[in-house]
Amino acid sequence: MTTTETTVSDAHGASGVNYLNADYGVRSWLFTKDHKRIGLLYLASITIFFALGGLAALMIRLDLLTPAGDLVGDETYNKLFTMHGVVMIFFFLVPSIPAVIGNFMLPLMIGARDLAFPRLNLASWYIFNLGGAFALWSLLSGGVDTGWTFYTPYSTMSSNTNVISAAFGAFISGFASILTGVNFIATIHRMRAPGMTWGRMPLFVWAMYATSIIFVLGTPVIAITLLLMILERAFHIGIFDPALGGDPILFQHLFWFYSHPAVYIMILPSMGVVSEIITCFSRNRIFGYSFIAASSIAIALLGFLVWGHHMFVSGQSVNAGLIFSFLSMVVAIPSAVKVFNWTATLYRGSVWLQAPMLYALGFIGLFTIGGLTGLFLATLATDVHLHDTYFVVAHFHYIMVGGALMGYLGAIHFWWPKITGRLYPEGLAKIAAVIVFLGFNLTFFPQFVLGYLGMPRRYHVYPDEFQILNVLSTAGASILGVGYLLPLLYLVWSMRYGPKAADNHWGAVGLEWQTTSPPPTNNFEQTPVVTGEPYDYRDPVEVKDVA
Amino acid sequence: MIGRFSLFPEQASTVAGQIDAIYFFLVAVSAVFSLAIAAAIVVFAVRFRRSKERQVIPTWEGLLSLELTWTIIPFLITLVMFFWGARVFITLRTPPENALQVYVVGKQWMWKVQHVEGKREINELHVPVGRPVKLVMTSEDVIHSFFVPAFRVKQDAVPGRYTSLWFEASKAGEYHLFCAEYCGGQHSRMIGRVIAMEPAEFQRWLSGSTGTTGNPSSMVSAGQQLFEQLGCATCHQENSGARGPNLAGLFNKQVALLDGRSVVADEAYLRESILNPQAAVVAGYQPIMPTFKGLVSEEGLLQLITYIKSLQAADAAPDAAPAVKTHATLQGSEEQG
Amino acid sequence: MHDAGAGVVHGHAHQFDDAEQQYEASSLGMWLFLAQEVLFFGAVFATYAYYSFLHTDAFEAASNHLSLTLGTINTVVLIASSLTMVFAVHQAQHGGKRAQIGWLLATMLLGTVFLGIKAYEYTHKFHEGLVPGALFTYSGPDAPQHQLFMCLYFVMTGLHALHMIIGIGILATLCVLAQRGWFRAGYYTPVEMTGLYWHFVDLVWIFLFPLLYLIGRH
Repeated sequence: MTTTETTVSDAHGASGVNYLNADYGVRSWLFTKDHKRIGLLYLASITIFFALGGLAALMIRLDLLTPAGDLVGDETYNKLFTMHGVVMIFFFLVPSIPAVIGNFMLPLMIGARDLAFPRLNLASWYIFNLGGAFALWSLLSGGVDTGWTFYTPYSTMSSNTNVISAAFGAFISGFASILTGVNFIATIHRMRAPGMTWGRMPLFVWAMYATSIIFVLGTPVIAITLLLMILERAFHIGIFDPALGGDPILFQHLFWFYSHPAVYIMILPSMGVVSEIITCFSRNRIFGYSFIAASSIAIALLGFLVWGHHMFVSGQSVNAGLIFSFLSMVVAIPSAVKVFNWTATLYRGSVWLQAPMLYALGFIGLFTIGGLTGLFLATLATDVHLHDTYFVVAHFHYIMVGGALMGYLGAIHFWWPKITGRLYPEGLAKIAAVIVFLGFNLTFFPQFVLGYLGMPRRYHVYPDEFQILNVLSTAGASILGVGYLLPLLYLVWSMRYGPKAADNHWGAVGLEWQTTSPPPTNNFEQTPVVTGEPYDYRDPVEVKDVA
Repeated sequence: MIGRFSLFPEQASTVAGQIDAIYFFLVAVSAVFSLAIAAAIVVFAVRFRRSKERQVIPTWEGLLSLELTWTIIPFLITLVMFFWGARVFITLRTPPENALQVYVVGKQWMWKVQHVEGKREINELHVPVGRPVKLVMTSEDVIHSFFVPAFRVKQDAVPGRYTSLWFEASKAGEYHLFCAEYCGGQHSRMIGRVIAMEPAEFQRWLSGSTGTTGNPSSMVSAGQQLFEQLGCATCHQENSGARGPNLAGLFNKQVALLDGRSVVADEAYLRESILNPQAAVVAGYQPIMPTFKGLVSEEGLLQLITYIKSLQAADAAPDAAPAVKTHATLQGSEEQG
Repeated sequence: MHDAGAGVVHGHAHQFDDAEQQYEASSLGMWLFLAQEVLFFGAVFATYAYYSFLHTDAFEAASNHLSLTLGTINTVVLIASSLTMVFAVHQAQHGGKRAQIGWLLATMLLGTVFLGIKAYEYTHKFHEGLVPGALFTYSGPDAPQHQLFMCLYFVMTGLHALHMIIGIGILATLCVLAQRGWFRAGYYTPVEMTGLYWHFVDLVWIFLFPLLYLIGRH
């Protein structure tokens, strides 16, 4: 967009004073109120959790190489898939883009100096880690084996593992989400630069807004659900115990009331990222801006109405099943609209296949498959057969890994020059993106077949005839692991040895690119004023330092 | 068949083909859309790839007609999926009147099956081909789920209530039975076989003694024994001055309760009345029935219920009910089930 | 910043352009937080409503375990505390330090009275053997459902009491700030925001009281 009255330093930010070198020392990081530093603090935390969750995944896939499950015992296997789920969902995917990229980019994108409540922002990071500490404690004290879904009565009356610590960790981390959501909504409403109307906001900001609605309205329900489950387990009071007139299915309703919208927490931010990347790397205005923005809000709101599609065979009435199935079809439509609009953005553009774009295009393909396979589960008759099989596992990994995680990696690469003032090695990044794409498909596509064959989820041992498909899946997982290791290595390498980046390496439009790379602590020397439409690529900017 | 590698499960029930048809439709729609998007991306990325010269890009903001088209058409397709799936789902949830009833109790980590005639099985379920079978299920501990991929049926077994599923086997053979709701330690070992047999062979199996575990007496006679042992007959008699309501002919009838409500006396009602008698006291009676929680197992409850279901109205006093009913009479009482 | 005569004078935090933007943002933030609280309490209320529907008679009977007198007194106490809170907000804007601290303390006092009565009720339940779990000794009809009712009673009023305790802590902080001369016509946002929070907690009780204490009274 065109801006006026912005004074931007011409010197490369890395050699000037910026948020990274403005202050040194551990205290300056641990007590920072700068949203950019807080974003990096989150980056460190969630990377550690991702490694833990990934390690669990590795063990799971290795164990599933053989039908008899020779690598680990039954109990250990159950703990592995539980920790994989708990860590990846609550401590990686939910915070990933909002707490890292959202925290860093949101004020920059709207021309603000910081978020509305910087101290709350820092508090949320500490709360998040406190929750993580409880979850880690349950891991270290023998593990938890209920599955990340904590279904009663198993979790309250049968499991003899450290359920309370894990559930309490998830409970506490929820408050971090709530604070982030409150912060983002207040910031977006009240702190946009002059001239930035709602219709001129970047789509990533719309995505953060929609995600924050879910943070604020959904998270308290899981908080109560986990609290009730913990109380029942700790004090043997039977809120979900049928012997006391309690209902174990009530737990499922309460749990999924949050956990379904939670999956939209995990995908909406990636969709926002894809919108940003697609326009920049097609040099084109986004096709259907208002439809994409409206779709984000629609997904956030409709997402609260479909939780029962996780419970078609749990004892729910036929009528409830009909309602939830229908609404689940409806919620699929806005996502489809986005996919079409992104694809149309490429048309008559100038497509530049750099690493962020590879991740974004990969997202579109894999998310499409993931979303379409969701329809198999939203359809009542097929869900009866597919529920709790590997089909479901494949479906949600296509969305969460093929979708959300690819979006996250795309975001990291896209904004890396802005965040660090350095360039990552582009050739290596492209190779890694392709490895991730291929490894991912080999890992998870066979699981669709396994699921329809009837292999249930959470199975440590399985019938012999399922072995070949499991071996293929594990082979893919090892390739995928390599694909994740590469960015970890070269991104860290680039922080020290990467070439310095220009302020606007990609020649993108967007307020964040109108300041130095890395930005100064206060983001802009002078508050920008917005006068043009978003994604106005009519006057392409010449790109310096192109690899 | 168990043990044979394939990429697609065999169809061994009457509903499997219907579900597979929906599945293939969904696969086709998914393939078309995924390939179309992938192709569009590849074509556009090549055709409109970036070149060295600066280009003036024509603005391309959007087209309402296109947006409406690609909103409405996918929505209509999903409506087809919804209606088709809903129709077959309703079939799945509506057992035929003449279904053969079998009782299943799940517990960590095994499936206990009781045939009305008395045969009991562990981790195995023998059924006849060509005859609808309805399973009435519960759990003794945590939630389990009864899953037969070859039949395409699944339903959770929940503690504290009865759930049911029905199927009609269309092909003789042995098929995987899996527990499909994570239930702790040996969840993945809570598996077994469903054995579908030609009707004649099934009858032979049913009345033979091979493959049984436990006593061969019918559920009705086992239930009658419990009824006497637990002293139910003390209050539940036919005469009008009895302390408890007459149970003959009670099953599936409307019952007026003390608090004004009216409920149907189905399996769940009978189970609740035995375990928590104060919850639904019949109008005209005192709330004096003691609870039998802890005194009778889930299987015992099913036997008692089967016995009560077998009690005919008016023509038979409880202690005159025959110990072993003929198959036809059992069918008659099952028709209400 | 200090104004020699009037105590602390506030500008605005660096991320805001002016005091008005700061006020607007704070206000929106507090309303969003309260929206979250609605869902938080809403989840337990929904649980209660479901079980109350399933076990209507038992819950109505169990409600009689609670002291209607104490519940009513507490309701009056809380409503009064909302009134004193309104005065505190008013004084923060218009009045002097003494008036501000006075009304804040009054609110704290009433809140503490509420908690005291609740503590008395809880102890009484303990002695009556109505605390759910291992110590539950009630053996009348529908004992399991009575225990379920008491579970929900303790969870709902316990969460509410926790919010009261936090509220009283915040009020104490406000007293300290008021003593330092922080609040005046141009800046009384923290008091107003705390007022919103306090009124919300009061409102939760207005729903709790009839649901727990009044069902089943004839």
